[in-house]
Amino acid sequence: MIWITQLLNGVLLGGYYALLACGLSFMFGVMRIINLAHGDLAILCACMVFLIADQTGISPFVALIVALPLMAAIGFGLQRLMLERSLRAGMLVPLLTTFGLAIVIENGLFEYFGADSRSLAPYIGDFAFDSWAIPGNIYIGSLALLIFAVAVVLLGGLKLFLTHTSLGRAIRATAEDPDTAELVGINARHVYAVAAAIAVASAGLAGVFLAMRETFSPYSGPTQLIFAFEAVVIGGIGSLSGTLVGGIVLGIAQTFGAQIHPQGFLIAGHIVFLVVLAGRLAAGALQARGGLHRLFARRL
Amino acid sequence: MSKDASFIVERSTRLSAAAGFAAAVLVVVLACGPLLFSANIVDSLTTLFIYLILAVMWNALAGYAGLVSVGQQAFFGLGAYFAIQLSYYGVGVYPALLIGALLAGILSLPISPLMLRLGGGEFAIGMWVVAELAHLLVALDPLINGETGVSLIALNAFSPDHRRAYNYWMALASAVLLLTVVFMLLRGRLGASVQAIRDDEDAAKSVGVRVLAGKRIIFFLAAFGCALAGTLWLATSITFQPNTYFGIQWTAYMIFMVLVGGLGTFEGAIVGGVIFFLIEYMFGATGVWYLIGLGATAIVFALFLPRGLWGTLEDRWGIRLLPLGYSLRMLSADFDQPDAVAAAQERRQTPASLDKHDIAAGDSSPAPPC
Amino acid sequence: MSLLAVEQLDARHGLLQAVRGVTFTVAAGETLALLGANGAGKTTLLRTIAGAHRPFGGRILFDGVDVTAVPAYARLRIGIALVPEGRRLFTGMTVKENLLVAGAYGNSGPWTLDTVLDAFPLLRPRLNNRAGTLSGGEQQAAAIGRALMTNPKLLLLDEVSLGLAPIAVEAVYRSLEALIKAGATVLLVEQDIGRALGVATHVACMLEGRIILARSAKDVTREQVTEAYFGLQRARRATS
Repeated sequence: MIWITQLLNGVLLGGYYALLACGLSFMFGVMRIINLAHGDLAILCACMVFLIADQTGISPFVALIVALPLMAAIGFGLQRLMLERSLRAGMLVPLLTTFGLAIVIENGLFEYFGADSRSLAPYIGDFAFDSWAIPGNIYIGSLALLIFAVAVVLLGGLKLFLTHTSLGRAIRATAEDPDTAELVGINARHVYAVAAAIAVASAGLAGVFLAMRETFSPYSGPTQLIFAFEAVVIGGIGSLSGTLVGGIVLGIAQTFGAQIHPQGFLIAGHIVFLVVLAGRLAAGALQARGGLHRLFARRL
Repeated sequence: MSKDASFIVERSTRLSAAAGFAAAVLVVVLACGPLLFSANIVDSLTTLFIYLILAVMWNALAGYAGLVSVGQQAFFGLGAYFAIQLSYYGVGVYPALLIGALLAGILSLPISPLMLRLGGGEFAIGMWVVAELAHLLVALDPLINGETGVSLIALNAFSPDHRRAYNYWMALASAVLLLTVVFMLLRGRLGASVQAIRDDEDAAKSVGVRVLAGKRIIFFLAAFGCALAGTLWLATSITFQPNTYFGIQWTAYMIFMVLVGGLGTFEGAIVGGVIFFLIEYMFGATGVWYLIGLGATAIVFALFLPRGLWGTLEDRWGIRLLPLGYSLRMLSADFDQPDAVAAAQERRQTPASLDKHDIAAGDSSPAPPC
Repeated sequence: MSLLAVEQLDARHGLLQAVRGVTFTVAAGETLALLGANGAGKTTLLRTIAGAHRPFGGRILFDGVDVTAVPAYARLRIGIALVPEGRRLFTGMTVKENLLVAGAYGNSGPWTLDTVLDAFPLLRPRLNNRAGTLSGGEQQAAAIGRALMTNPKLLLLDEVSLGLAPIAVEAVYRSLEALIKAGATVLLVEQDIGRALGVATHVACMLEGRIILARSAKDVTREQVTEAYFGLQRARRATS
């Protein structure tokens, strides 16, 4: 039974990773930018909500109403002031500028908040520890379930938004061919900035959930970036539904890794990531030689 | 074009010959360092040499092969770890430093096919994952005591003065050797091919450049170089803590040095290394603000001075001290289109463009002139 | 007054000067065919008028207003639409989405999803297919339809017959003729002189970035155009 509980926990953890990876994947899909400050932006939002909750006693959930638009504005400004110019300078320059930004955010937060680990768990009352029992002596944390549900809704909603609204279609058109998008009346600069706003706000949401689930410190960002990236790559880069699958695979791997060794949590995640990469490489090489079919046909 | 403008193709100019001579003299003087300088200066210079190695290695990766790695600390840490292991099993301490770096370099060979197939940003974080994994696995080794770390006790066999001198000489020799190897490599066929890859991978492939082979050589070299920097760091600091050696700050330093000095210029990495060394000397004690400053400076340089200090200088005055490329010198004077010369120079001198990807419609549309 | 006036336009690709001091006008209801060999500067000229290429010098007036500095997306809203060379559909999106995405940012007018589909009935069964899966002729129809969705006052067409099967060219031109008859103002670039003369009211020939012949279509002979096309006049002048 413990294994089923662990499996379920892994899946739910995967929901968090999918939520975290959503913005990273989206930004890459639209602008071909891998934002190395993604994790730090998530932590920035967590710190913001922590500050609001701690100073005013407002529930972190309510604080999100202030924090998320603020994160969206940060994303919008980031695109306009930094990423736009980076992109014009070449494919690799956004990596350098976002890495620089990551360093600035991390250390800025450290300067302001100090090195202490904090958590939003005390600010959301019993909800942090509540769990539902389902038959068979299996317990599911309600917070984990909420995060999973939010991830599914966000990913699904984003997908619907992209296919069924004119702004969504404009984003897809710009992602595919910004030059031609301008020719059908789309202001590509504006669309990019909107996409960045969505990506950064979703990162912020993930950051707040992280802070509710466990503890975080100013230097937690890079680890979150790596998790998000692993989820994206495992699920197939640029695909929103793939991101959910990738997150779940990562979550399960980490949960089972943790059963084997205290450090296994992280190690298992990294190893699954590398194995998936190697698998793709092997599959690619196989394809080049005529695919699995030919290989078997020759054997027979 | 004029009737008979004739050119000669040159690899070096009078200035660069002078610079080469000056560099040789400098190395000879530096080689006598421990006999000439105070202990403090010798220690500082040793640190400077390590920074130079890191800068030149990262520049070879990103500036020439177009591989932005944020995980070179993997090799920095692994080199030091292997050196500790070797020393533990009885290998002499200085040979252990060298062999440890070599082992880490060799370890890069099985990693490279996996990583080099990743696109720009994916490669960057992919390497970071490798570094994190290396960090976690090394910390599992009981010999290391987890994050507490361990000391390279064998170094105590040498008196502090001897140790200082040996470290200095080893760092100097390593820096000179690696810089020379990178210089020769980039000057040769490999240099032309990796730059072609960086500027346009598909085009390079189509004219027969062996893309993966070129990247692999640079990747190995950079892994070995960073590992050697790691073992040298171990020799100077004696203690090994996984957190420090596998820390992301090494990448931050490397990016800073190369961006400020000049991405894709050989001299730029050296200039960047020296500048970083001075900045650290002056502001390193301010801790967090120092790091914020490094990050902000890196952003500013990437956005507004993408060729760095040296690259900008080079563009403005056409100075090349250690010429990697070729230059055209006109023999006949009746050449009526200086534009063409400028264009030829421009083509040779604009490596900062990495992979052009234009967002703004129009200003450099890929459409052919109809 | 002319709808489009181009004055002394210069456009460059780096050091290469693609368009040199071009001046011409297009009045409402006219169809100007821009002819010339590969590399004559036609595509660059069209892209510059659409705002996709920034000019080096000169002015572009539309409806009497200087639009030289107006970005491409905003030019669409004042009524200039370009069907780019190579069609450039959003291949990952469906035909319907391709049409809708343009319709959302253009002006309102007679062209809607329904009227465009009436004009290009071959698109109707393919509406929910991804644009990348269409045949060349269908793609060209979709590209023209996408431009029409914005209800342009001036339609710029770049090499609409390029790479199409003869039967598809026929179909595209039949639709074009209908469009022109309905009073559209069109500026089209074409390699096929016969086709161009068939639909155009005016003809301009470009050579090495300059317009070297501009006439009303009925005053021009095929021979004159061919001569201008290959720059034979100049060659003759040089030899005599």
